[in-house]
Amino acid sequence: MAQLTYRASVSLAIAQSMRKDQKVFFIGEDVGAAGGVFKATVGLLEEFGKERVMDAPISEQAILGAAMGAAMTGLRPIAEIMFSDFLAVCWDIVANQIAKTRYMSDGQINIPLVIRTANGGGSKFGAQHSQSLENWSMMIPGLKVVAPSCPSDVLGLMDSAVKDPDPVIFYEHKSLYAFKEEIEQTDISIPIGEANTLHEGKDITIIGLALMAQRAKEAALILKDKHDINAKVIDLRSLVPLDLQTIKKSVIETGHVLTVEENPRLCGWGAEISSLISEHCFKNLKGPVTRVTTPHVPLPSADILEDNTIPSVELIVNEVIKKLKGE
Amino acid sequence: MVDKLNDDIGEEKRLQLWEMMLKLRLVEKKAYDLFLQNLIKGTSHLALGQEAIAGAFGVALKQGDYTFCTYRGHAHTLARGSSIEGVLGELMGRQCGLMKGKGGSMHLTDVDNGVMGSYAIIGAHLTIANGTALASKYNKTNEVSVCFFGDGTTNIGAFHEALNMAKIWNLPIVFVCENNLYMEYTPIHEVTAVEHPAADRAGAYDLDKIIVDGNDADEMLRTAEKAISKAREGKGPSLIEAKTYRHSGHSRADPGKYRPDEEVKDWMENKDPIKNYRAKLLDFNINEKIISEIEEKIKDQVEKATEISMASPIPEIKEIYTDVWANGGSEWHN
Repeated sequence: MAQLTYRASVSLAIAQSMRKDQKVFFIGEDVGAAGGVFKATVGLLEEFGKERVMDAPISEQAILGAAMGAAMTGLRPIAEIMFSDFLAVCWDIVANQIAKTRYMSDGQINIPLVIRTANGGGSKFGAQHSQSLENWSMMIPGLKVVAPSCPSDVLGLMDSAVKDPDPVIFYEHKSLYAFKEEIEQTDISIPIGEANTLHEGKDITIIGLALMAQRAKEAALILKDKHDINAKVIDLRSLVPLDLQTIKKSVIETGHVLTVEENPRLCGWGAEISSLISEHCFKNLKGPVTRVTTPHVPLPSADILEDNTIPSVELIVNEVIKKLKGE
Repeated sequence: MVDKLNDDIGEEKRLQLWEMMLKLRLVEKKAYDLFLQNLIKGTSHLALGQEAIAGAFGVALKQGDYTFCTYRGHAHTLARGSSIEGVLGELMGRQCGLMKGKGGSMHLTDVDNGVMGSYAIIGAHLTIANGTALASKYNKTNEVSVCFFGDGTTNIGAFHEALNMAKIWNLPIVFVCENNLYMEYTPIHEVTAVEHPAADRAGAYDLDKIIVDGNDADEMLRTAEKAISKAREGKGPSLIEAKTYRHSGHSRADPGKYRPDEEVKDWMENKDPIKNYRAKLLDFNINEKIISEIEEKIKDQVEKATEISMASPIPEIKEIYTDVWANGGSEWHN
């Protein structure tokens, strides 16, 4: 048993995939010699060499285009986009090319690639290096969307993402890179599309993703200790495919639902979940599905501003109490 | 005058090129006719007048090589050996189409023949073509990737990102700019800082400046073969600028009225690659009967393929929900 950080689990997960399959290579900016700006890819160049760990120019379109073309021939590239915000400069390659080519070609072409990217706030980087952008990719048919909340999920979901025959966007949370976990076995696989329960409870269902799933779990511990509320916390792990069955099962038990999202309010993934619950579990609901999100603003930089924009544990606790006790 | 004694191309290859170009011409003409009959919906971007470029590469490339083209890609797809009914059927939205109606005119794809797609967002496919070239290098195989695009593409960022990456990684790729003098409706020189939109940028990426008469099929073939050999031998990428002209407008919706009548007339009458190549074949003493037989053969093929396409059923509605994912379906939740 070893303690592993989320950061170290990223490089280990990539290394494990590259050891298993010669078709896997890794491409990105500053990923090789520098070991990544978040030091999440340290050691890969040394182990696999320049042919399989490629330092690319600041050319996000060229990086993802090259990854896509290579994937079309059957290779399994892992491409890094340093900050998820930079997806905006290569969104054509993601949304128009990678996502749609299989469909438009009537299934002639598979695109088995992984796009890893550092996502989310907490580092006071300001509005262009802190966004939580899972919902951008969720709305494009043809993309799988994964966002792990802990080191073991990084290991297990990366294994599945690399083996997946379809394109996967793998959102790593910047504020989780230092998160530690005791891990017994590192070479694990977790199917994409299976949510994880982080805390059991029958009073309310709290649904989160990545950092927000961890905060929801912390909130559930406080709710139990101090407020006698038993919250079930579901970590979705992936938005596409979505584990609707796990959500439904819990909502039928609890009748109350709160989604916790790091993205701004409009068109966040919680809105889709809320709509699905209305369609599938309306008679089980004891009240409206509610959402905690960031306000509909760009993310500000100063400590006090950012900390009060991204949903906190305290905010989640208060929202749950307000829902259940009307306080 | 032709130099028959020092002919580096030869009758066999010339007739192959003739047959290829004629096929591209006659299928595009048929596509135009089918549009007028409202049998083809949506849009189309015809390559009438530009056949020598796709044709020359079609002759020069080997099975297994990869090609990427634009939304003006019917000719480039046929040039790799795709069936005429596969192309016309796709334009007509029939089951016999290359993608059974899922992609349409702007996205012709035929992986079995190395046609890795037709791309409708300017610039994207240059970066993607680098990827197949990278795969050949990674796998230590010797396929060549060829990427066709228009003059307008040279002003978008992806063009520059792709050329830089191809050069620094010494990729086995040939970039082919078909400069037809107009970026959609606008003369390219009015919106470009340099005279030769592709060739004048080559130096910025340490590539040779290559300009060729894209309507001279023999010159086009020589240029294509040289660049392909260079890539196959591991000597890196090339950027070719081929000067040409489209006989029709930018797309179905465009009659092309922004071009001076005299200019259009000159290109149609004096610089038509098909007309000029026929004359050249005769100059090389190739029997006119052989030339005419090929013409009749292609006409017959186009008519038969049209009949097959028209008789082919339309897609079933359930096809909407297939092939988003590799498992063949489109489900996004359990």
